[in-house]
Amino acid sequence: MKHLRSIPELGADGLTRLLELTNHMVEVNRRPVPKVPALRGRTVVSLFFEDSTRTRLSFETAAKRLSADTMTFSVSTSSVNKGESLRDTVETITDMGVDAFVVRHKSAGIPWQISDWTTAAVVNAGDGWHQHPTQALVDCFTVREARGCERFDGLTLTIVGDIKHSRVARSNIAAFSMLGAQIVLVAPPTLLPPDVAHWPVTVSHSLDDVVGRTDILYMLRLQSERMSQGHVPNLREYSERFGLDARRLAMLPSDAVVMHPGPMNRGVEMLIDPSALPNSLIHRQVANGVSVRMAVLFDLLAGESSAGNLREVAP
Amino acid sequence: MKRDNNAKRGSNAKRFVLKGGTIVDSRGERRAEVAIEGGVVVEVGEALSGDAIDAGGAVIAPGFVDLHAHLREPGKEEAETIETGSRAGAKGGYTALVAMPNTDPPQDSVAVVDFVREQGRRAGLVEVVPSGCITLGRQGEALAPMAELAAAGVRIFTDDGNGVQDELLMRRAMEYGRGLDVTLAQHCEVATLTKGAVMNECQCCTTLGLPGWPAVAEELMVFRDIELARITGARVHFLHLSTARSVDLVRAAKRDGLPITAEVTPHHLSLDETRLMSFDTVYKVNPPLRSPRDIAALRKGVLDGTIDALATDHAPHPRRDKELSLDQAPPGMLGLETALGVALGVLEIDLPHLVRIMSINPARIAGIEARHGRDIEPGAPANLVVFDPNITWQVAPDELASKSRNTPFVGMTLRGRVRHTIFGGDFTVLDGEAQR
Repeated sequence: MKHLRSIPELGADGLTRLLELTNHMVEVNRRPVPKVPALRGRTVVSLFFEDSTRTRLSFETAAKRLSADTMTFSVSTSSVNKGESLRDTVETITDMGVDAFVVRHKSAGIPWQISDWTTAAVVNAGDGWHQHPTQALVDCFTVREARGCERFDGLTLTIVGDIKHSRVARSNIAAFSMLGAQIVLVAPPTLLPPDVAHWPVTVSHSLDDVVGRTDILYMLRLQSERMSQGHVPNLREYSERFGLDARRLAMLPSDAVVMHPGPMNRGVEMLIDPSALPNSLIHRQVANGVSVRMAVLFDLLAGESSAGNLREVAP
Repeated sequence: MKRDNNAKRGSNAKRFVLKGGTIVDSRGERRAEVAIEGGVVVEVGEALSGDAIDAGGAVIAPGFVDLHAHLREPGKEEAETIETGSRAGAKGGYTALVAMPNTDPPQDSVAVVDFVREQGRRAGLVEVVPSGCITLGRQGEALAPMAELAAAGVRIFTDDGNGVQDELLMRRAMEYGRGLDVTLAQHCEVATLTKGAVMNECQCCTTLGLPGWPAVAEELMVFRDIELARITGARVHFLHLSTARSVDLVRAAKRDGLPITAEVTPHHLSLDETRLMSFDTVYKVNPPLRSPRDIAALRKGVLDGTIDALATDHAPHPRRDKELSLDQAPPGMLGLETALGVALGVLEIDLPHLVRIMSINPARIAGIEARHGRDIEPGAPANLVVFDPNITWQVAPDELASKSRNTPFVGMTLRGRVRHTIFGGDFTVLDGEAQR
């Protein structure tokens, strides 16, 4: 693997390999000193054109636990608006001798553009509405851990909310279907992309209709700007139809789990205190984030000596 | 650079004869020699005397006319100048280019229009035909001084890049324009439906997470302007149509006898929306690349005569602008040097029809039919192209005459290549090489 840019590009074999590798990283993180020298001398740059403290910290923690050096290059979107060349930025940092870029940008496709301009590996940490592959890896790993299974045949993943603008949804639809899950999308038509007929999903516009038949209830964040753009008339109406409240929680099968990629909008899509959720995996998602990103960076950067390095991280 | 006008007069005063070619014009195809002297065609026939220029096996046609070229001067000379754009045009077989008005300052005053025409004369490689803005500053709020511009020679008005959104203002422009006997050319895009759009709204944009540009945003304005043309009687030209339904609307309007014309670009005839899967900004263009179904309908529209003209929408951009993210990179691609090769590569079109859509019809729409797109007969101005319709070739970006390199046709096999271009009796291109 040269880059991690999207789940379809990673493919089912790559997905399985990274999930297996994550098991090793979970073990490393359980040690009294959760740090190994696997990527000593390697440099990982966070290139964030869009603010995301939690994803950036998760990647940087992962890099540090593998003993890589880290740099952060925060670029305000405004400087790009002024016409600053993205290519110049990437080439300059590449010249400093870096091994990987971890990239987040509000425009889809940036990781592909950047990988044309650098010899370093590119990890997509979110490109516009398109992909967020490490989030999908986190979510698959978390479900595997919770259900104790390797594949998701027979399980139903129900994704609720703003599918149209969600890179998390696009990544998870690809990843969970590769592992055999049935996928149901629940949203008003205004929050669905224009043509989902070719996706391996079924669509519902009523959460009440499907909540009783789900194994994994995945709530997406609704950004308040969707109101001003006319996608939903107001938050109250959205919450009533698509929020998770006590009534809908009671309709969930008893062994179903609840997930959310964060940050949560309390009172919008999440109408109950998440700490009161009996089957919430939300904390496990955050915790597994570091292990998954360690696996990704290790897979990309350990290179020729990866077998030897894997012994360093193995129990 | 100072040009020696005497030398020029000397060169085009000298008689020469195109030998071995086949003439293709509105009267069809015929084998004949063409003698040119003093900037005009002086004789058409057999065994003519004069310096022989080889046109063996090639087509001799009236020079191509592009209804839609962004020459970027004044304002964005980093991307193109009138001289480099004219040279690119000459290499593509063009003898006239309609210069789009989205310059800085825009072509909404006589001063700017005169400047553009004069820069074209100075370059001397093609006739640069300035279009005028419909509204001041292309802002869609108040009419530009259309009568003044028309008096200064402007025959075609457009806010290209911006469709005129306000229905009443567009109606007024049509009414006013009808009184001036000019053509209004519309960029059809209902802007509220395309805010932030990067590519066609389709299956592909759904998966790529790129904001979609729905076909209906074009079709609504095509429909609106057809109906406004119906009540105002104005001549309306539709720029770069890109959807199947737009072609249907124009076909129906023509059946009703309305004075509507339409153009299509080489890229909308040849490239589909899936190109964006590479996330390469060279494929970002407005209107966007559409579906294979739309491409098929556009080709059919050309072949059945619904579409009058092939127009390039030649839109040069410097490298650094196209190296922005997809949402910020400007739309547009080069077209002048590849139009013929793309058209012959993708259209099953006979040569007289090709000459109609690349020369005769656009010359008429631009109001320059006295000088361009004319039948090749004694007395016609010597604005001609000689091209080999069967030569296949591949685009080498570094050999382009344009100042920019944003061509989407790299690696594609094109069919048909320009051998000579003659403008005002002078060779601007000889044996495929630009002469100046």
